[in-house]
Amino acid sequence: MSQVKNVLLIDFGSTYTKLTAVDVESEKILATAAAYTTVQTDINEGLDEGLKKLREKTGDIKFDSCYACSSAAGGLRMVTSGLVPELTSEAARLASLGAGAKVVGIYSFELTEYDLEEIKEQKPDIFLLVGGTDGGNRDCIIHNAKMLASMNPEFPIIIAGNRSASATCSKILEGCEVYICPNVMPKFGVLNIEPTQKKIREIFLERIISAKGLSRAAELLSDIMMPTPSAVLSAMELLSKGTEDELGIGELLAVDVGGATTDIYSIADGMPEHMNTVYKGLPEPYAKRTVEGDIGMRYSIQGIIDAAGEEKICSLSTLPAERVKEIVSDLKSHTDKVPAGEDDLEKLDFALAASAIEEAVSRHAGTISETYTMMGQTFVQEGKNLTKVKNIVVTGGSLIHTKRTAEIASFALYSPSSPASLRPKKSDVWVDRTYILAAMGLLSVHYPKAALRIMKKELEFHGYSE
Amino acid sequence: MENREKKVLVIGVIGADVHAVGNKILYHAFTEAGFEVVNLGVMVSQEEYIAAAIESGADAIVISSLYGQGELDCRGMREKCDEAGLKGIPLLVGGNIVIGKQKFEDVEKRFTEMGFDRAFPPGTAPETTIKALRELLHMEG
Repeated sequence: MSQVKNVLLIDFGSTYTKLTAVDVESEKILATAAAYTTVQTDINEGLDEGLKKLREKTGDIKFDSCYACSSAAGGLRMVTSGLVPELTSEAARLASLGAGAKVVGIYSFELTEYDLEEIKEQKPDIFLLVGGTDGGNRDCIIHNAKMLASMNPEFPIIIAGNRSASATCSKILEGCEVYICPNVMPKFGVLNIEPTQKKIREIFLERIISAKGLSRAAELLSDIMMPTPSAVLSAMELLSKGTEDELGIGELLAVDVGGATTDIYSIADGMPEHMNTVYKGLPEPYAKRTVEGDIGMRYSIQGIIDAAGEEKICSLSTLPAERVKEIVSDLKSHTDKVPAGEDDLEKLDFALAASAIEEAVSRHAGTISETYTMMGQTFVQEGKNLTKVKNIVVTGGSLIHTKRTAEIASFALYSPSSPASLRPKKSDVWVDRTYILAAMGLLSVHYPKAALRIMKKELEFHGYSE
Repeated sequence: MENREKKVLVIGVIGADVHAVGNKILYHAFTEAGFEVVNLGVMVSQEEYIAAAIESGADAIVISSLYGQGELDCRGMREKCDEAGLKGIPLLVGGNIVIGKQKFEDVEKRFTEMGFDRAFPPGTAPETTIKALRELLHMEG
């Protein structure tokens, strides 16, 4: 391992295959390149094209190891079923999102025949079956195992519910691909999602890769393969916490506004600040990821407009309503359009990105509400309090290819117009100009020190937002 | 399976009530008495008791209230439990559950009519509640 110098990191995206060449010893990026992802035909075509472009910059170098992440071919599609929506179903959702999955279906209580029809159509890559605290409700998860067994599932099933029902469920699902993990909610209000997340990544590595036509690239790869969002989450945890020898930048919020979805990551404790605040609901993970499937700059453009309202888009973009409608309908059919000196599109993209961030971060962050009791004023907090978070990391084309990054990022912040939303109050803005977050997450598995140093070097400090 | 040998209780202080001390005492007393206790703390809504009871397969729900609004807060609790599939789950309530000085027999009667199995006046010792729980749950000793 000590000989390793050059590492190649690959991110198979749904549209682009992005390559990053790193010199681990000198802790720097040698070059980056991108080519179209060719998962339908042969994934290697796009990869070879990318490698060719990369070698034009680096010269003919040899890579000592190669790691990859992927969100190609629909990413990692998961369906979950739990018992109570706010409790074990929520725990299952948090576990899946944190493992980098795209959650295409969430069920609570007993599965019905109609649900099974839906699940068939959703074609999950993995099904996560949970329900009941340890020693708690057994009936629901056992019923759901029976229902699943009746549909002869072709997908792997992870059982992570009431431990006293695990063996029964496993027996019911005999003949299926079944994995047993510790309960995602062993006690009321206690999350234990890491073992399940680890299992999800293992299954992704072993099973999903070949099913998605990625295995042809496997001979090039050394060992790590994970879903892209999982790589980004790893990178953010490293950047926040640092390594044994070097401090990270502290608690942070990361925002990735894409064409179809917007991902938000927070690495922060988020518990109530004051004694007079009562916390309600499940405690959320320290490293939390949410993804908004209806918020995106192109494919999900309508979701942004629905959330923000046309008026707001007009006032932020300073464009008349007619013009906004015109560009939006054009973008719906031309999803690959990006601003290129085109003034109006740039203005609209600003409004869209700002609104996307505001909405997605509001959904990710917790809320606080005021109530009056016989003892006087009290506050009730639900979800994470991010008001003290002092770093925002931004990535995604619409944010890194504009000069107004900091201005857009400021929409992630606390706003007096929605005082209940516990978003950061003031914060530094870091921009992922070179698009390296996923690559650094991959690198961090074996070379955390180099990954941390490179991120600190490459992320562009973009001022302070208040 | 070892947890299941214990009876599971869901406890908490209902409504906009932040009195935390009695809640902590009850938690320790019930745990000491051999129950598995899911403590929801203060400011608990009916829905929260029910969600916790479903998930933990609870054997009884014990509601506390100290600020006088308990009667309002507890209304409809039995019906909601029935609706959520917790038919027949023992419901117990105690504390300063009504406003002002009222005859406790009247208070008890009202809560019984609301579907509560037991109602306890102010100053009830935890032992009394534990004894009632053992009766309701048909436990030995």
